[in-house]
Amino acid sequence: MTTTETTEARPRRATAARPRRTSEGGTLNVFSHGMLVVWALMVGMPLLWVLWSSFKSSGDILTTPWSLPGKLHFENWINAWEKANIGKMFLNTLIVVGGSLTGTMVLGSMAGYVLARFEFPGNRLIYYLFVAGMSFPVFMLVIPLFFVLRDFPGLPLLATYQGLIAVYIAYSLPFTVFFMTAFFRTLPTSVAEAAMIDGASHARTFFQVMLPMAKPGLISVGIFNFLGQWNQYLLPMVLNQDEDKYVLTQGLANLALQQGYQGDWGGLMAGMMIAMLPVLLVYIIFQRQVQAGLTAGALK
Amino acid sequence: MRHGKYRFIVGFLALPLLIYGIFVISPFVQAFQISTTEWSGLRGTAKSVGLANYGKLLHSDEFWNALKHNVVMLVLVPIATLALGLFFAFMLNVGGRARRGAVITGVRGATFYKFVYFFPQVISITIISVIWFNIYNPDPHDGMLNSLLGVVGLDSFQSAWLGEGSLALACIMLVMVWANVGFYVVLFSAAMASIPREIYEAALLDGAGRSQTFFRITLPLLWDTVQTGWVYMGIIAMDAFALVQIMSVNMGGPDGATDVVPLRLYLTAFRDSQFGYAAAMGVAMLVVTLLFAVLTMRFARRERIEY
Repeated sequence: MTTTETTEARPRRATAARPRRTSEGGTLNVFSHGMLVVWALMVGMPLLWVLWSSFKSSGDILTTPWSLPGKLHFENWINAWEKANIGKMFLNTLIVVGGSLTGTMVLGSMAGYVLARFEFPGNRLIYYLFVAGMSFPVFMLVIPLFFVLRDFPGLPLLATYQGLIAVYIAYSLPFTVFFMTAFFRTLPTSVAEAAMIDGASHARTFFQVMLPMAKPGLISVGIFNFLGQWNQYLLPMVLNQDEDKYVLTQGLANLALQQGYQGDWGGLMAGMMIAMLPVLLVYIIFQRQVQAGLTAGALK
Repeated sequence: MRHGKYRFIVGFLALPLLIYGIFVISPFVQAFQISTTEWSGLRGTAKSVGLANYGKLLHSDEFWNALKHNVVMLVLVPIATLALGLFFAFMLNVGGRARRGAVITGVRGATFYKFVYFFPQVISITIISVIWFNIYNPDPHDGMLNSLLGVVGLDSFQSAWLGEGSLALACIMLVMVWANVGFYVVLFSAAMASIPREIYEAALLDGAGRSQTFFRITLPLLWDTVQTGWVYMGIIAMDAFALVQIMSVNMGGPDGATDVVPLRLYLTAFRDSQFGYAAAMGVAMLVVTLLFAVLTMRFARRERIEY
């Protein structure tokens, strides 16, 4: 207790002792600060609103949107999970994202490693082929993609877990390969060489030496892919039209589109909270990594 | 050492390339081919029509209406988002009063602000759409925005929002700005943190005010990042699909006021089963996107400043 008090006190005294440098614009300061607070409220309030609305009755959500819940309607959450099928959708999303995230990370880092560390004819061509994928508009691809899945020989892919998993992997590869190639280039070569001299095969060197070294990069790009795949909306809507296989985003959109201004809003709000919880957890725990991971592409 | 190198390379690249080739590259190529046919989706019934679909596009009022909205978004949304992002990032990193012995500091609670601002980036666009659908609820007493305006005595500003043809598109654009400002605050903050403090201190000693510091120092040094941000934001503005589909009146309404090309493409393909025509729209989107990226890179280029 005493230690925290002293460390707290020190900078304060320093501030008081120092003359104010920024003499200009006291009003500007107030205005700018005001803007920061207003924007924080604009972003924060609607999200908090979902949280407290998930405990209100549907009627109250519509007629008194700003009031806090008088009585906590926990049954919204149960209704959402059971009657509105959010539980089933949650499980579907978990299966699809679980499979696709694992696949993306394994295949993406394998390709990135080979492209970063080995010289062979066609290396650059393959690299640019992957990177070009980042600039294709998904809307242009989605029509042919629908038929690729529908007409795939010998394996049902439309509205199946395996189809969605394969597609998620394919659309996450460009950024993952781009990022992991750059990351593997920054790692020292000496450790891998030592492993090879000790008799490890290329594959073993990769899995037991290089992958553990690449952990920070894997975490960044893993978070990026997790959020992107968990929140994916267009691809499941087009390729996954079987209600039993709905993932959360399309299921919630479907519920919302059916509601209009009647219906079970309390259940919908609770459903949105359930859908948000995993990403919320990831964001709160890994705040720094999430922010760094999502902006990594733009910073190059 | 060399033994098995090629076998290893092939072994590691085969599966990623196969999946990528089947689900990304092959659809990309097929899109061009489908766009030259008339096709309802039944196997083997595609009829080659050459460039007729593109001719049809050029004369379609619906398509031009939708494209016009995308172009309006393409111009306005990045400007608003990047300006707000720059302003907030500057405030958070440089705008604070002098304290703790440092001349240049951010405001108190900068991490907290960034945490909140960035939030919409991690939640699904579906959820964002449902939230804002409720905010824009047109009822003067029940709607969140309308009832708020009523409480503070601004009743005259109450409106049907998404139901009002002249406002609906602006309402959609506001949500896009709302959802993306946080991304740029974090991005620009990271870039600003890499600008050496001495540059700011020198400027302050020379008597530069805060706005001068921003326009003469921060902005020029961040120009590369701003340019990249512009391209990113433009690509988001070319989309807007989920927001319009879930929030707007009758999907793209009222009366086509919020229609966008991706929505047109989706409905043409998966509601009307005109796959050739829809594929032509997809190719048109690729062209617009590339044109936008090239123009941005060309006109926004300035001499790179090394520091």
